[in-house]
Amino acid sequence: MSDGRKTAYVNARIVDPATGFDGKGELLTAADQILDMGAKLFDGAIPDDTDVIDCGGNCLAPGLIDMRVFVGEPGQEHKDTFASASQAAAAGGITTIVTMPDTEPVVDDIALVQYVARRARETASVNVLPMGAATKGMKGAEMTEIGMMMETGAVGFTDGRRAIANPRVMMRLLSYATSFDALVMQKPEEPSLAEDGCMNRGEIATRLGLVGIPTIAETIMIERDVRLVEATGGRCHMSQISCRDSLEAIRRAKELGLKITCGASPENFGLNETAIDNYRTFFKTSPPLRSEDDRQAIVEGIADGTIDVIVSNHDPQDQESKRLPFAQAAYGAAGLETLLPIALEMYHNERLPLINLLAKLTSEPARLLKLDSGRLAPGAPANLILFDPDRPWKIEAEKLHSKSKNSPFDARPVQGRVMRTIVRGETVFTDSN
Amino acid sequence: MTSPSATSRLAFGDAGDAPSRAFSFPHRHLLGIEGLSPDDISGLLDVSDSYVELNRRPDKKLSLLRGRTQINLFFENSTRTRTSFELAGKRLSADVINMTVGSSSIKKGETLIDTAMTLNAMHPDVLVVRHAESGAVALLSQKVTCAVINAGDGSHEHPTQALLDALTIRRRKGKLAGLTVAICGDILHSRVARSNIQLLNTMGARVRVIAPPTLLPVAVDRLGVEVHHDMREALKDCDIVMMLRLQTERMHGSFVPSVREYFRFYGLDEEKLAVAKPDALIMHPGPMNRGVEIDTELADDINRSVIREQVEMGVAVRMACLEVLTKSSASEGQTS
Repeated sequence: MSDGRKTAYVNARIVDPATGFDGKGELLTAADQILDMGAKLFDGAIPDDTDVIDCGGNCLAPGLIDMRVFVGEPGQEHKDTFASASQAAAAGGITTIVTMPDTEPVVDDIALVQYVARRARETASVNVLPMGAATKGMKGAEMTEIGMMMETGAVGFTDGRRAIANPRVMMRLLSYATSFDALVMQKPEEPSLAEDGCMNRGEIATRLGLVGIPTIAETIMIERDVRLVEATGGRCHMSQISCRDSLEAIRRAKELGLKITCGASPENFGLNETAIDNYRTFFKTSPPLRSEDDRQAIVEGIADGTIDVIVSNHDPQDQESKRLPFAQAAYGAAGLETLLPIALEMYHNERLPLINLLAKLTSEPARLLKLDSGRLAPGAPANLILFDPDRPWKIEAEKLHSKSKNSPFDARPVQGRVMRTIVRGETVFTDSN
Repeated sequence: MTSPSATSRLAFGDAGDAPSRAFSFPHRHLLGIEGLSPDDISGLLDVSDSYVELNRRPDKKLSLLRGRTQINLFFENSTRTRTSFELAGKRLSADVINMTVGSSSIKKGETLIDTAMTLNAMHPDVLVVRHAESGAVALLSQKVTCAVINAGDGSHEHPTQALLDALTIRRRKGKLAGLTVAICGDILHSRVARSNIQLLNTMGARVRVIAPPTLLPVAVDRLGVEVHHDMREALKDCDIVMMLRLQTERMHGSFVPSVREYFRFYGLDEEKLAVAKPDALIMHPGPMNRGVEIDTELADDINRSVIREQVEMGVAVRMACLEVLTKSSASEGQTS
């Protein structure tokens, strides 16, 4: 493939977290692959047969890899399809989405993994990598065919929105998964402690008369799974953490050298529970928005490396699912297009350098999922984004590409805009403004 | 807030006269006590006072709301509150319609908002709404052009109950400020408790809450109350003892081991009441579980229990709410 049409990206600030390169540079792709990258690749002499893209001094980085995306297909196509979700992803600079198995039917066998792969090939403009269900029907009882689903293309195993609650099932799963070095992604929330809850347990829930979900529901599940990982040698990723106690539990597990990793999503580092005031259901998310102290802990965890990846947790919901009394409204927020600008707030607030932030959106998820993308190395797929990290704009939910407009960040002024998104060498998005 | 003002002590003339008042309520809806000022509350209580007198006369009818339509929209079963609102509306000559919407018909597809829009198209002047979910009445109020009264939403608020409790106390004690009020029982699930805490704090009373820790919401101390787990300690020198019903219908799982253990430690009886002030009043929003949260003889003790008086005050308070809300919507026109 490397003898296809060549493209030179010049006049760029290249940020490649995998190699730690952050500086002026140039990059050459051929067809769908990266050929080379360096500070002075062409030395002023670009070969004649090469297209040239002048990056105008903007950042050129690997395309983002989003490890937690709910797409309505199959079964809930009115909320989002591979086509609409991938347009939103492309507009957000995400070149790879990892889809959750929470569909109708549940992606819990090889035929469904193949179905997702085929639908994605036919309709999606970005890379789509499915995660398979960890248990049949996501019922939490019987293991799925992890090995065969992996051969078919599943990049990890999870029960999506549901926790794998039964400790015996989780223990066997982690143990069995070691033969394939498969990644088990847990949704850390003990169901019996979270039951009936719809927002963070605390003063605001008390004032609103809503049943709260205590932070301990999350932390207790993480601490349990740390033990199970220790006992089995399995590889366990906590889809998202939302509070300080969970952060400390993860930190201790990492100090022990256990294969525990975790993610966080913009709701939990960009918002706190006060946003729910007056029962605003667009702020009903899972995990719930927590206290300001917990929010700050998540930012600290991202800055100090305890939190490995940042995910959008894109969970599109239509108006009807949200225009309900708070306890009855659906969880979830559309998040693909707002992932990068909300994450960049931590860079603008000088909490961590740009390259470290981008690592959590590129090279780190690639490492956990064992992908050859997420880096600018020769031979890697030409999944790239060009973005201006400083450009100010205002999020407008109505303009989102997702079929669902349930953004909790509507009207938020942000900095950092994607200008061009390239998937396997093809430009799939250019900013029209 | 001490004694009703002169204007509210208006003697009603011939039946049918509309009283003229200086008080005007500055809100479009009554969704909760939170957000009301001390003046809003005393104003409402003053208006209510005048209706207490009217309701004791043989001819109880005023023409104030003639031509107006009041819809009592109850998504949760209620006999007492609905009847109280219905009587209140009828005594003011409103056309009153009762709609009880079982949760099953909601599940059939029509959403709360659909129901609200449908009713709104019929041009009611006031909607009285009860719903099992916190925040549901506020949500509905955003979609209609008439005034909305919250008749109880989930575990959130029940403002007319707090107002009728305050009216009962104020008429008996002559004031609210400076009184010590103990609210006992299932605080966790209680909208009555939340509205009462708001109102009593706003009016300068001291509020204590007493319950086993499993029936107290987290951070309840942040609402400006003293928290107790022991009745003898909590009732000491109280002016008012407000008992709450154990809301077993909202409980998923076990919050207390048994009714008899609950009554032993948290039920109101002579022995526990002995530490309260000798003239302490006993209140209960009803319906009572005799022998669960309150000893049956105490509940019926006419010297100390004002439970039946609370029911009487309920009609007056609801008449006052209907009056002030329809008046403000008339003066401001129908704005959305």
